[in-house]
Amino acid sequence: MITLRNIQKTFNRGQANEISALRSVDLTIKDAEFVVLVGANGSGKTTLLNVIAGAILPSEGRVIFDQEDVTLLPEHQRSRWVARVFQNPLGGTAPDLSILDNFRLAALRTQKKGLRIGINQAFKAKVKDRIALLGLGLENKLQQPIGSLSGGQRQALTLLMCTMDQTDILLLDEPTAALDPKSAEIVMGTAENLIKELKLTTVLITHNLQDAHRYGNRLIQMAEGQVIRDLNQAEKENLKREEMFAWFG
Amino acid sequence: MIFYLTALVLGLCLSAMGLGIFITMKIFRIPDITTDGSYTLGAVVTALLLAAGWPLPAIVVITALAGAAAGMITGLVHTRLKIDALLAGILVMTGLYSVNLSLLGRSNLPLSDANTVFTLFPLFSNPVLNELIVGLFFLAILAGMLAYVLRTDFGLAMRATGNSESMTRALGINNDRMKIIGLSIANSLTAISGFLVAQYQHFTDINMGIGIVLVGLGSVLIGDALISWLGIRKIGWQLLFVALGGILFQLVLAVALSLGIDPAL
Repeated sequence: MITLRNIQKTFNRGQANEISALRSVDLTIKDAEFVVLVGANGSGKTTLLNVIAGAILPSEGRVIFDQEDVTLLPEHQRSRWVARVFQNPLGGTAPDLSILDNFRLAALRTQKKGLRIGINQAFKAKVKDRIALLGLGLENKLQQPIGSLSGGQRQALTLLMCTMDQTDILLLDEPTAALDPKSAEIVMGTAENLIKELKLTTVLITHNLQDAHRYGNRLIQMAEGQVIRDLNQAEKENLKREEMFAWFG
Repeated sequence: MIFYLTALVLGLCLSAMGLGIFITMKIFRIPDITTDGSYTLGAVVTALLLAAGWPLPAIVVITALAGAAAGMITGLVHTRLKIDALLAGILVMTGLYSVNLSLLGRSNLPLSDANTVFTLFPLFSNPVLNELIVGLFFLAILAGMLAYVLRTDFGLAMRATGNSESMTRALGINNDRMKIIGLSIANSLTAISGFLVAQYQHFTDINMGIGIVLVGLGSVLIGDALISWLGIRKIGWQLLFVALGGILFQLVLAVALSLGIDPAL
């Protein structure tokens, strides 16, 4: 469960270019809830996601995972709970390392990276099985540098990497923004399966209203750093696509 | 022939530094020029301890630790004080000049009487061959250890840090800590080059490190060209090619000198 209490974030405080990215956001996201976050550019969606991930510390307010106050924990310590897929396909993988090496690191997200060689036959077989689920034929290219793959393939792999270790919270920041429709379909399909199967608490940011309508069981609209609409599962299911389009009209 | 063998031995001695620069430049993508200072630091510590009659194994360890401390300071200045890596290196390198000078107490110290690491295994009557064996021995040990570390989970985390910081942060890796450790390892390797070269040339000079970073960069550039040309992906082989780059660098210098090019040019 993620609890955000009175989260505020002001950039460049006291200067001419002061920006209030978040003004008092109160939000509770229950376990296994799949929240879709929509809103215009600059509405504070990505800032909110970064506050949850720990990449940005809020100016005010508390961030609480389950019972634990994590407000002051930096991003690399919050990885115990949080796995992320970035908007930029390059952000979530190390291009010069092989697919296998990338998966090895992902498998240790919540653990210590010690002085032992962790890639063995069993691990290889496990990664191979996982990657085969994507149906992209990448399971036979484990030694290939991940940078030689397309953006869609990398994004799909990043998503799988998120589930290589114990994950409670999955943050997806426009994961398909840089992808062609077919790759986007694969990535979103994979995401939905994993989220359901592993009962992940998920926050998805998207500008694609089709996706916003189709995926998730809670819909939140943000504007000017505040939550302006919050629809639960039943309300979201009853929401007609045209109505949603009208929000942005 | 002896002339080229000598160049080969010097290349082997300096290849440890090449490995260090490979770590900072290719793995972390940090332009670290602490090298000039930590190389001399290694030579200074070696000279002082040898003159004081310390055993060689202890000297190697202390030299490596001294180099690691230098790298750690650069790392701390870069990550904690948020100073540009190049500038952090310049600061520590300049500071080390004073440290080295006050440690050594004078501008140079000859080691002619001391038993050096190169006289440790007198297997052949020709001293150059013995030196060659010692150089190969050190390279094999250092490259072997480094290759192992870089293949471990920790090593993967190190390699990923220079590649994609957003990814490593999200995977629970403390990038700052990684950079500090990386710079420490790199500069301790550089100090070991200082350890070897001081004994090889039988003296330590306060100015011996000036510009030495260029030799290391040259080795890495030659090595890297070979690595990408041959498409080598295994990290252990990459390290060997960096060492080979260092040796080629010295051989090229030797050829240039034998052609009669004025070294003071």
